[in-house]
This record gives sequence, C-alpha cells and structure tokens, in this order.
Amino acid sequence: MKAALPPPPSKVTGGGGEILYSFKERTIKILFTVLAFASLFFLAGIVFVLFKESLPLFSEVKIFHFLFGKHWYPTYDPADFGVLPLILGSVWVTVGALVVCVPLGIGTALYVYELASARQRQILKPVIEILGGIPSIVYGFFGMLIVAPFVQKLFNIPTGLCALTASVVLGIMAIPTVASISEDALSFVPSSFREASFALGANRWQTLIKVIIPAAASGISTSVILGMSRVVGETMTVLMVSGGSAVIPGSFFDSVRPMTSAIAAEMGEAAVGSNHYHALFAIGLILFFITLIFNAAAEMISKKYRVKLGLDR
Amino acid sequence: MINKSLKNKITEKLGFFIITLSVIITLFFLVSIIYLIFTKGFSVISWEFLTSVPRKGMTAGGVAPAIVGTFYLTVGAVLFALPLGLACAVYLNEYSPKGYIVNIIRMSINNLAGVPSVVFGLFGLAVFVKFLGFGVSILSGSLTLGILILPAIISASQEALMAVPRSIREASLALGATQWQTIRKTVIPAAVPGIMTGVILSVGRAAGETAPILFTAATFYKRGYPNSIFSEVMALPYHIYALMTEGTKPELQTPIAYGSALILLAIVLLISAIAIIIRNKYRSSYVH
Repeated sequence: MKAALPPPPSKVTGGGGEILYSFKERTIKILFTVLAFASLFFLAGIVFVLFKESLPLFSEVKIFHFLFGKHWYPTYDPADFGVLPLILGSVWVTVGALVVCVPLGIGTALYVYELASARQRQILKPVIEILGGIPSIVYGFFGMLIVAPFVQKLFNIPTGLCALTASVVLGIMAIPTVASISEDALSFVPSSFREASFALGANRWQTLIKVIIPAAASGISTSVILGMSRVVGETMTVLMVSGGSAVIPGSFFDSVRPMTSAIAAEMGEAAVGSNHYHALFAIGLILFFITLIFNAAAEMISKKYRVKLGLDR
Repeated sequence: MINKSLKNKITEKLGFFIITLSVIITLFFLVSIIYLIFTKGFSVISWEFLTSVPRKGMTAGGVAPAIVGTFYLTVGAVLFALPLGLACAVYLNEYSPKGYIVNIIRMSINNLAGVPSVVFGLFGLAVFVKFLGFGVSILSGSLTLGILILPAIISASQEALMAVPRSIREASLALGATQWQTIRKTVIPAAVPGIMTGVILSVGRAAGETAPILFTAATFYKRGYPNSIFSEVMALPYHIYALMTEGTKPELQTPIAYGSALILLAIVLLISAIAIIIRNKYRSSYVH
C-alpha cells in the first residue's frame, strides 16, 4: 500500500526539492502544451503542403481555366488541365449517394429511436456502428463484383461501372454515418417535448413528425452534411466502381472520374514536379476546402442546436 | 370525427411501416456484404493461404506478406499517434485554461478528422516520402496513417479522461500529490479502458485504410517480407485493390481477392466488436 502512494511533496524534501518539483511540474506542463498543438500543426502542414505543391501549376495554367476547363487530358501533348469533369463527377455521385443514404439513414435512426424495443436497440446500435467501420475497399470490392453486374443487366448498359453504381455503393456506405448521428440528435430531444405532445392528444406518428423531428432537425442536417463529407472524400470505392472516364457526365449511366479517384489513379504515373503532379495536388486542395466547408457547417449547425435545446455545456 | 381518427391511425401505421422497411433494407445491404464475403472467401482460406507468399504472378499461393505488412503499418501508426494523442487529451482535459487556444485546438482536431483520406496520402507523399526522404516505406505509411487516426485517439482519450470522477483527482491532490503525479498515477490508470477502446477502434480504421498508403507504403508485389522500416510493404486492402484492377488473370485473382477481403473484414469486425464490448463493460461500471 505504501509503495502505491506518491512520494511526499515539497515540504519533506526541503526548499531545494520544492524548486526541483515545481520545475519538473512546469516542464511537463509545457511539454504537454506543445504536444497538444500537434493537430493544429498537422492541419496547417496539410494546407501548406497542398498550396506549395499546387501553386507551380498556376504559373502555367490559369486558375480560371483549371477550375472551369472542360477537358482533363493530363498526359496529352499539349496537356489540358480542366478539372470541371472531375468536379462534376464528384457532384453526380455525391447527389446520387445522398438519395440512397438520407432516407435509409434517417429511417434507420427513426426506427431505433421510436420503434425498436430495448433489446433491439441494444443490438442495432452496435451493429450500425460496426457496419460503419467496414473498410471502404470492401465496399468497392462488393460494388465491383455484385452491384456493377446487377446494374448492367438491369438497365442493359454496356458496363455497370458508372455513376449510378458508385452512387448506390457510396450511399450504402454512408448509411451508418447518417443513421448514428441522426439517432444521437433524436435522443437529445428532451422527453418533456414528447410528453407535452401526447398530452395534447397527438399520436406517436404525429409527435414524431411534428415535434421530435423538427426539434432534432439541425442534428439530422448535421448528419447529412457529415455523410456528404464522407462521400465526397471517399476514394477507393469510387476508384473501383465509377468507371474512370474523365468526361462531363450526361447521365447516371455514364462512367465518371470523381476528384478523389483521379488523384489515386494518376499519382502513380505523374512525374514528381511535373504539371500533372502539381495539378493532382491542386485537386487535393479543392477537396480539402470542400470537406472543410462541410465540417465547419456541420459544427456551426450542431452548436446552434445545442444552445437552442439548452444542451450547451 | 371518427373518420379523422381513422385517417390518423392509417397514417401512423403507414409511416411506421416505411421506417421499418428502411431499417430492413439497410440491414439487408450491410448483412449481405458481410455474408457474401464470408461465404465466398471461406473456401479460399486455408493454413497455406494465411502463411505462404504469393506465387505465379499473384495467381496462386497465399497472402502472408500482406497480413504482415498491414500489421506493421497499423502498429507503427499507433506507436506514433497514441503518445501524441494521449498528451493532447491530457492537456485539454487536465491542464488547459479555457479560452481561445483550446477552441483553436478543438477546431483543428475536428477539421483534421474530416480531411479525406486521399489528402493524407498526398501529404505523406510530399512530406515523408519526398521531403524527409523516407521513400515509399513502412515508416512513411505508418506516419501518414498515424496522423489520420490522431483525431480519433484524442477524442476517445478525452472522453475517457472526462469520465474519471473529479473526486479521484481531489483525493489524490489532498494526499499531497502534485498535478503530474495525480495524472500519471490516478487519472490515466482509471481512464485506461476508455483509451483502449479508442485505440482499438483506430487500429481497425488504420488496418482498412487504402488511400493513404497508396503512394506512401504499399506495393502490389514484393518478394518475401519487409526487412526494415524503410522497405515497401504489401498490405491487405491494397492487395485487394491490386488483385481486382491489375494483372491479367481475373478468374484466378478474384478468389484470392475474396480470401483477402475476408481476412481484412474479419480482422476489422473482430477489432470493433472487442472495442465495443470493452466500452460497454466500462460504461456500466460508472453507472451508479
């Protein structure tokens, strides 16, 4: 027992010990303070590296041409670095994925919140969490072997590797994100809201639609934004199932090349220091800012919501 | 009046039916992914598959080097991120004066967590592979993955530290322990299960990530095992990708990809299940 006690502090060790002690304490505190800035350091490092490695491109290609150019021919001579087809590729698959993950994710959250028995909830919540941890490469693998052939047969198109397949697979992947954050938001709604609604004679459905969902609306929209952020940044799945043509898509049956898959697919063949290399970092910069905006929006909304319901700590 | 209440009842039934349907569809999708990979992959798995090296240009043999590679990368990532993440959590929870500095740190943690994994790959390529000259190696890949899991480790550690009752700290300080002694001998030991949960979940995440190691560590084919932290490695997730997109004999490569996917999925599912069990046990021990 005695051994477990901390050594006696300053008074026993005398004046010299006191200085030594406070010196040690202070050093440790400073060390921890410095280490605490690691995240900031890495975030700043990422921004710095993305800028540094993409800026050389713009001495040769105009920013306007890069952002709105309609042709992505990085390996042609002369090369053309118009990133619009890639941006639109990301937009198409993201919108498509939202159509899948928003209703299913929110529906799942509502089920867990309103209909599931205590036992079902106890099973469903960890299951959803575990499913959220399935690696994206596994989703891509599944999409390539199962969803793509299915889509190809169903719509009788030449290849199943297209925006539609990517949307479906990404949508399934994002369901756990949307479901678990929405469910959190629903469970934060004070039970007094519910009781007041019942007391006024509303049934469970009316209470859910007219009281609980509006009260949790900002939390639910946060979940959708974070789901969207995950879909936009997802790489391996789209790399495997979206087809990979860098042309402006005209329909969901077209093969697309979203920004992430362009980086992943082309970085291996781009010579370090070439325009192509810099252009891929510039795409990374665009991606970084898109997800930064999404996350900031999600955080702002959820902060507001916590204040509104009196949950701010 | 009666008509209206009947209408309300039908609406309620219909609404609940749609909700139930959506949870069934969700579970159907997710369970079928797992089922498919387990059934198709199972026939490929054998002792030889787990312990031998790939042969005949990736069309036969096992995936042992990829398993070993994933193990090295993951351990490296945790070795890098755990001390850093824990220190950050201790600072935020035990030392930090409230104020804008803490807000900036919190904001940067949240934003780092949202950065797409392929962007971490770009960062690792520019900094570790090129600038620091580590090359395409276990070291570069581990550091890149370490930064990727850092926010998750910080959040989990912070949550664990926050769950340690104030009275424990006060008791230790009242016994004359300094703040650092209190943190080291009472607070952190009490938070170990929660920190472990976070670390285990991060291991699962790091093991499955592909995009960050694409340009920093992974290689499709390597003769034998890595012999230093500066070697390129094979890794399970990248191996699946390469088997599906490279090579010339898809009919021979797809079964190997199924087997690799099964191993990866089994590792990740097992890891998260363990973490969740630890967490539930630990949480219930604090409910009075």
